[in-house]
Amino acid sequence: MEKRQVMGKRLNRLDGIAKASGKAKYASDMNPDGLLYGVLLTSPHAHCNIKSIDTTEAKAVPGVTSIRVIIGAGKEVQWRGAEIASVAATSEPAARDAVRKIKVEYEILPHLVKEAELSKTGARARPSGEQISGDPEKGFAEADVTSEGVYGLPVITHCCLEPHGQVVRWSGDKIDYWPSTQNVSAVGGDLAKSLGVEVTSVNVDMQYMGGGFGSKFPADLWATEAAYHSKESGGRPVKMFLDRATELSIAGNRPSVYGKVKVAAKADGTMTAWQSETWGSGGMTGGGLNADLFPYVFRQVPNRKVNHTAVSLNMGSARAWRAPNHPQQAYITFSAMEDLAAKLKMDPIDFFKKNMGTVRQDFRPAYERQLAKGMELIEWKKNWHQRGDSGRGPVKRGLGVGFSTWGGLGHDSKCRTTINPDGSVEVEIGSQDIGTAVRTMIAMVTAETTGLDYTRIKVKLGDNHYPASGASGGSTTTGGVSVSSRKAAANALEKLFEKIAPLLNSTADQLEARDNTIRVKGDPSRSISWTAACQKLGIEKITEMGENVGRNAGKEGLITQGVAGVQMADVSVDVETGVVKMNKLVIVQDCGLVVNPKTAESQGYGAGIMTICAALMEERITDQVLGKVLNADMEFYKLASMNDIGEIIVHMDIHPDNDKRGIIGLGEPVAIGGMAAIGNAVANAIGLRVPTLPLTPDRVLAALGGKGRLA
Amino acid sequence: MEQFAYASPKNLKDALGMLGSDWNEAVVLAGGTDLISLMKDYVVSPKKVVNLKGIRKLHGITQHGSEVRIGAITTLDELTSSSMIRTQFPSLVQAAMGVSSPQIRNMGTVGGDLCQRPRCWYFRGGQGLLGMKDGKSLVIDGENRYHAIFGEGPAYFVSASSLGPALVALDAKISIASPAATRTVKAADFFLSPKDDKTREIALASNEIVTEISIPGGSTNATYEVRHKEGLDWPLVTASVALKMSGKQVTSASIVLGHVAPLPWNAAGAAQMLAGKMIDESVAEAAGVAATQGAKPLSQNDYKVQLVKVAVKRALLRAAGIA
Repeated sequence: MEKRQVMGKRLNRLDGIAKASGKAKYASDMNPDGLLYGVLLTSPHAHCNIKSIDTTEAKAVPGVTSIRVIIGAGKEVQWRGAEIASVAATSEPAARDAVRKIKVEYEILPHLVKEAELSKTGARARPSGEQISGDPEKGFAEADVTSEGVYGLPVITHCCLEPHGQVVRWSGDKIDYWPSTQNVSAVGGDLAKSLGVEVTSVNVDMQYMGGGFGSKFPADLWATEAAYHSKESGGRPVKMFLDRATELSIAGNRPSVYGKVKVAAKADGTMTAWQSETWGSGGMTGGGLNADLFPYVFRQVPNRKVNHTAVSLNMGSARAWRAPNHPQQAYITFSAMEDLAAKLKMDPIDFFKKNMGTVRQDFRPAYERQLAKGMELIEWKKNWHQRGDSGRGPVKRGLGVGFSTWGGLGHDSKCRTTINPDGSVEVEIGSQDIGTAVRTMIAMVTAETTGLDYTRIKVKLGDNHYPASGASGGSTTTGGVSVSSRKAAANALEKLFEKIAPLLNSTADQLEARDNTIRVKGDPSRSISWTAACQKLGIEKITEMGENVGRNAGKEGLITQGVAGVQMADVSVDVETGVVKMNKLVIVQDCGLVVNPKTAESQGYGAGIMTICAALMEERITDQVLGKVLNADMEFYKLASMNDIGEIIVHMDIHPDNDKRGIIGLGEPVAIGGMAAIGNAVANAIGLRVPTLPLTPDRVLAALGGKGRLA
Repeated sequence: MEQFAYASPKNLKDALGMLGSDWNEAVVLAGGTDLISLMKDYVVSPKKVVNLKGIRKLHGITQHGSEVRIGAITTLDELTSSSMIRTQFPSLVQAAMGVSSPQIRNMGTVGGDLCQRPRCWYFRGGQGLLGMKDGKSLVIDGENRYHAIFGEGPAYFVSASSLGPALVALDAKISIASPAATRTVKAADFFLSPKDDKTREIALASNEIVTEISIPGGSTNATYEVRHKEGLDWPLVTASVALKMSGKQVTSASIVLGHVAPLPWNAAGAAQMLAGKMIDESVAEAAGVAATQGAKPLSQNDYKVQLVKVAVKRALLRAAGIA
């Protein structure tokens, strides 16, 4: 690790200034000539049949170019916000006016939009069936202490700052597509399939994106609609982005999970049995949490009984939300285990250490090292106390801990690297920067390989004509693009060495590229500057490919998968108002070889903020009578501002043992354990459990009054 | 939003002449921080919007003897920056700072703060001021965590005005102009709890404009807000207090609560018990308890009863310089 010149350094993002200054253009900034605006008519009812639909009046609105019916008469609609029709017009106000003038007759049908109280969900609840391992009855019988609790996390949404949408221009047999997507290489094919056209006719361009978090993989119905409107207008571009209310209602969500948990241990803290009955919903399909995933991280509890019930709601469908299922599993697991530790009067750190035999044993050294580091950073020994801060005054302080694990194996990726006679290096890759600084990391890997300054590398991504690279999901991008760009750069460099070797009276295998020069290994006096070397190419450039094949990647040694992380929280709770304030959130995370500690920490900061939002503020609030999301806005769908987040410390577990494993994805694991850590810190501060997130003042006060409520 | 006509008159008389006998005919625009979103959400769709920002007379803060007068289109930022206001009416500054984004304080006005519509999600969602469906209140059995704990109904929204409770506690007066005349009402009488969907929550007719707010000096005052978030958010409960003092002793007091009723809620009983007392922790706490008298929480908002106790206690201690 110490031999590296570029990788492992704290370097700035290559596009940081462009993003901060507004020079970076996102899909929603695209306004090609002749632009039309598309707007959706969505269902105002959570469950209904469409009896009739009449667009006559809407068509007459000045500026309207086309109207399309998506769900026609006689069809059933299963959630509010479902797309019924779409309008394109020369201005957004005209399109909105026209949408309001489409006459739809609905037959209203019964709906269900709440799941927190399982007993009220009736036939909508579908249990997966009990799974048993070991002998749970015996495990509980042998225990000295048993803790029982009910815990929950509501549905939350992704809240991408840039909503879902795109600009599409379908002119002749060519489609130009500017989406906001996590999937540049494949989203064009996805759109082509919906439209029944050749994949090669779709040109995708997305240089920057304003957040995805798992919700922006496919070419959505909105893209198809925009394309058809464009075609009908004779090839004018159509911009169709969801408004915020629609975004929060139908553009994906993180499923809720509620659970009754019983967990038991011997007096020394050794866990003997776990039992969980969980339920939740991710919309109409119920959401597919696997009950077998409980308990989380500390999985090898000898005796287990688990069951999960999926509840089908008349609500928009779930989509992957940064570490799908893991934050829910982490919150329920570590809340229950911390309650057990409190009942044992044990420091939870001691409790978790005692049960390290139940974690994946290859992760054990990492967890133990991370616990020690986290304790140091949050001053655990100084600040932790038995449950209930006995200090004077209404503000009580507490500490809590949570854990995370994730895969993060690099995805399939191809890359094309060109060395030009003028010395410039271009890297082309059909990837995207979801926010992890992908451009910068590809430049760093290429710079490391070619011995150049990373600012000299021109990285071109966001275009489906570049070599295909995987979707940015599952924390797989950094691993994938690092391997493909490493190999492409190495292959191109090899070709350059072959050209230059005779000039240095050497052979290609004896050359190395460092400090913007090419030189003979062990004899720096025999060298040539990079620029001079490239001039020797004459008019011929060198272009080479590199590829990562995910399933083989582990064997090659550049990347691997499987990470461990620990999160700790320090909170203050005003027990007179129920207001929780973050003092500090500590994130200690392994991700193998860290390409750029600075941007890696940024992933931790972003995840920390998301964690704090989810722990203290976010919930989708629905009304059962109206069948709608009441807070489909940024006013009552609450997110933290700078004053609400306290201090966030991200410590990347940079360690030779981790470094030699190669690169592993990071975006997701840092967003998992913090909600549990914050919940546990609040319990530690006030002396009792607030069962359900978010930990709002009303819930904290209800718990203090002995009336902990589920929703 | 629906299309509308726009006018930007230079004097009050012209502005008044543009208003109508019906709210749908014309509305006034001050900072626009509320009106524009109401229009975008089709909650209101006026035919005409009359911008008041060009009327210089409605702007500025002036001292007249012991009284301070604030022009209705003075921005919240100008209010909080005024040394006159900062020294005499910290309760107003504390309340205005609770409008927790500099962008809104830069645009939003004092008059606009008083006239803004409730944030109730049923109202904003098109279910009317009382939040009804099929003749039944959606609030009572619905999502009412942010709704009222005081009052007799049928309105359960909470007044959104940040300055209202402080102005009522300070015994401010509000000047209102109509094409025919000018009138002055006490801030306490400006806010109403409507009994039907047709009535507004303020005592202002569609052809009237709030022109000025005048506040008598001579009180010791403070506001305390209980907030879920420090950033852009509405307070959960606020308490504004204004005390007339003789030395360290209270001679008379006013305690007004925010975000607990369709109007700033005058906790008169709690205020009366302060007369003749010195403010200390136990007196403040007792007043907080007394301020909850008559509270009738809905299914999800009994936590606000506790918040009233705390907000009143802390506002009193803050006014007395103890906390």
